[in-house]
Amino acid sequence: MLRADKTHKTRKTQRCASVKACRHILAIEGMSRDAIVALLDKAQSYVGGDSGKRRRLSVLEGYSVINLFFENSTRTRTSFEMAAKRLGANVVNMSVATSSIKKGETLLDTAATLNAMDTDVLVVRHPCSGAVVLLAEKMTCPVINGGDGAHEHPTQALIDALTIRSRKGRLSGLKVVICGDVKHSRVARSNIHLLNTMQAEVHIVAPYTLVPSGIDELGVRVHHDMHTGLRDADVIMMLRIQKERIHGAYVSSPREYYHFFGLDRKKFAVAKDDAVIMHPGPMDRGVEIDSELADDIDRSLIHQQVEVGVAVRMACLQTVMES
Amino acid sequence: MRVGSTTTLDALAMQEHASRPLVLTGARLLDPASGLDEKGDVVVQDKTIRHVGGHDDKVADALRVDCSGLCLCPGLVDMRACLCEPGFEHNETIASGSSAAVAGGVCSVLCASNTQPVIDRVELVGFIQRRSREAAYAKIYPCAALTRQALGADITDIGLLQEAGALAFGDSWRYVANSRVMRQALSYARGFDALVMQHAQETSLSADGVMNEGALATRLGLEGTPAVAESIALERDVRLLRDVGGRYHASHITTADSVAIIAEAKAQGLSITCDTAPPYFMLNEHAVGNYRTYARMNPPLRQEYDRLAIIDGLCSGVIDAIASDHCPYDRESKRLPFEQAAPGSVGLETLLSLVLHLYYDGKMTLLDALSKVTHLPASLLGLDAGALRVGACADLVLFALDESWRVDADKLVSRSSNTAFDGMMMQGRVRATFIDGRLVYRGVPLRKK
Repeated sequence: MLRADKTHKTRKTQRCASVKACRHILAIEGMSRDAIVALLDKAQSYVGGDSGKRRRLSVLEGYSVINLFFENSTRTRTSFEMAAKRLGANVVNMSVATSSIKKGETLLDTAATLNAMDTDVLVVRHPCSGAVVLLAEKMTCPVINGGDGAHEHPTQALIDALTIRSRKGRLSGLKVVICGDVKHSRVARSNIHLLNTMQAEVHIVAPYTLVPSGIDELGVRVHHDMHTGLRDADVIMMLRIQKERIHGAYVSSPREYYHFFGLDRKKFAVAKDDAVIMHPGPMDRGVEIDSELADDIDRSLIHQQVEVGVAVRMACLQTVMES
Repeated sequence: MRVGSTTTLDALAMQEHASRPLVLTGARLLDPASGLDEKGDVVVQDKTIRHVGGHDDKVADALRVDCSGLCLCPGLVDMRACLCEPGFEHNETIASGSSAAVAGGVCSVLCASNTQPVIDRVELVGFIQRRSREAAYAKIYPCAALTRQALGADITDIGLLQEAGALAFGDSWRYVANSRVMRQALSYARGFDALVMQHAQETSLSADGVMNEGALATRLGLEGTPAVAESIALERDVRLLRDVGGRYHASHITTADSVAIIAEAKAQGLSITCDTAPPYFMLNEHAVGNYRTYARMNPPLRQEYDRLAIIDGLCSGVIDAIASDHCPYDRESKRLPFEQAAPGSVGLETLLSLVLHLYYDGKMTLLDALSKVTHLPASLLGLDAGALRVGACADLVLFALDESWRVDADKLVSRSSNTAFDGMMMQGRVRATFIDGRLVYRGVPLRKK
């Protein structure tokens, strides 16, 4: 214990001495192949086995992790909280409803406040693209992006990559098809960057209105028809579509959307025989995916995604603290 | 006969000299209106220009200032600047905005109607004129709103506002979306030969956008405004103009399509004019980089292809004028997540240098570049300004064509420092500004006009 405390102090002093050296995890874009592999390997070590699940580790003993969520989230926040607690950290959850942000405090004032509290790691989710980057510039501690607007959701992409790697043994050369609301999806963007870095072949399938302009420049092939898009796919990633976007704004109705872009057995049949289905959650059964297919333990990796979620976030927390 | 005394600009700055004739000698005289570009003298007496051209040493009791090595051109005329008074004095006031104007060589400013309250009544025009008399360094003219409270529903008292002194009519950064209202406004304004200025951005397409639509916006996860938002607005207005007539002016056009649309409308003989602002010929969407809020503009910065088309439009004359689009915001309005940050950049102090950039880039001749900020906007607004002409009011700028300087946001005269050009090197710098023959700027704003 004593030793851990000592290390803690030394690390803190070092950190304060060079604010700029802070290592954040803000985006997959720009992350090297080696960095991704290292994170995945570390996460892998936390998956399964008693050491990761049952016992509290002392890697982050004495450190404090703040989950700052400007947007509603149950899964991501809980997953980060579990991860931090398993590593022995103290966790504080701050959400918009209870914070002074609602009272008009600016993001940068919040940063100053949290700096003054000597936070060790900050996990942030914000509805505005780029807000986490802005916050990180002002923070003296490492920041992990828990999702910013339609920009990036790096930990989700790492989760998806680890899930695929565990099942398929590799990422390179796989045909991965991302289907649904790509336009508003930070998960899609992070996945596109990660899969391209790992040399997978990325395709997207969506109605024209949900394909953001210039997406092909990020290195994807665009389809507007499930039958052509899913052909010979190894991995199918379904995306969530928000209710208000499906009632006339981008798509005419849930019925039409499901008919053309919902994943069912028939559309799934054109994929490879050992193709798998993924979804970052929360799922809308019967809108974007057939309920029975989502629960098919041979095909669906949706549960595995949630399972490795905690491990990936443990790896991320540990990595930023070690920097 | 007493020939007068020789003095310097710095000495002139220390004294009240308006009572004596002034002879600015040896400067390179640049007058885009007449095409004059030669070394010579300018004589100023009783607020007006008495002589332009060759050496003149016959003026009695004159103060003679040696201006050799400098260029002398008419004071700049800016068609659109937010001066924020009344209502947003924390961003800018008529005093601070006009001091920024003279620091940039701008002598006449058309202040935008987007104040609080909106300049939509005769009393507000009176307020601007009174504040201008009391507090301004430069000449401030009001642009009145085209519709009441700029809500795009009911047209304002165009005739009365014009009589009171409003030089143009427009809802500044708001598009008149209702076609019936726009048609009525154009048609009604025609009765007064009033200039109608439009922020041509179709609201239903631009409302959510925070930058140009395209691959970069997609990568950053930001909502885009498509270029077609501008084309649709312009094409509708061109149709209305053809239908009911009137004098129409499109503010800050930014796309290649817009240049083509206006070129065609001009070729058809319609009474249409337009302007652009320096960000649109200096920068493209990549200035946004990694969520740089100082590069958030309204309309947004477009693609490189558009930027080049805007320069072509300026060269060919399709684009009549360059306005500063001076849009001051305090620091807090920019230190926010990109989509929450206020759009706009201050522009008065960098206007001349950025216009000169067109000359240095070899795109335009010196006189053509200067014409976009002098006699062309002046004639659109019906102002007797922007020319070195005997009998014209003596609004003059002396600038060092070759002097390079670096924009430092913290050193701007404007109350706000939100420039998109911070840190950029400029060539050509204002050394002195005269309004009605009085030196009002010499390194610092000196005295009110």
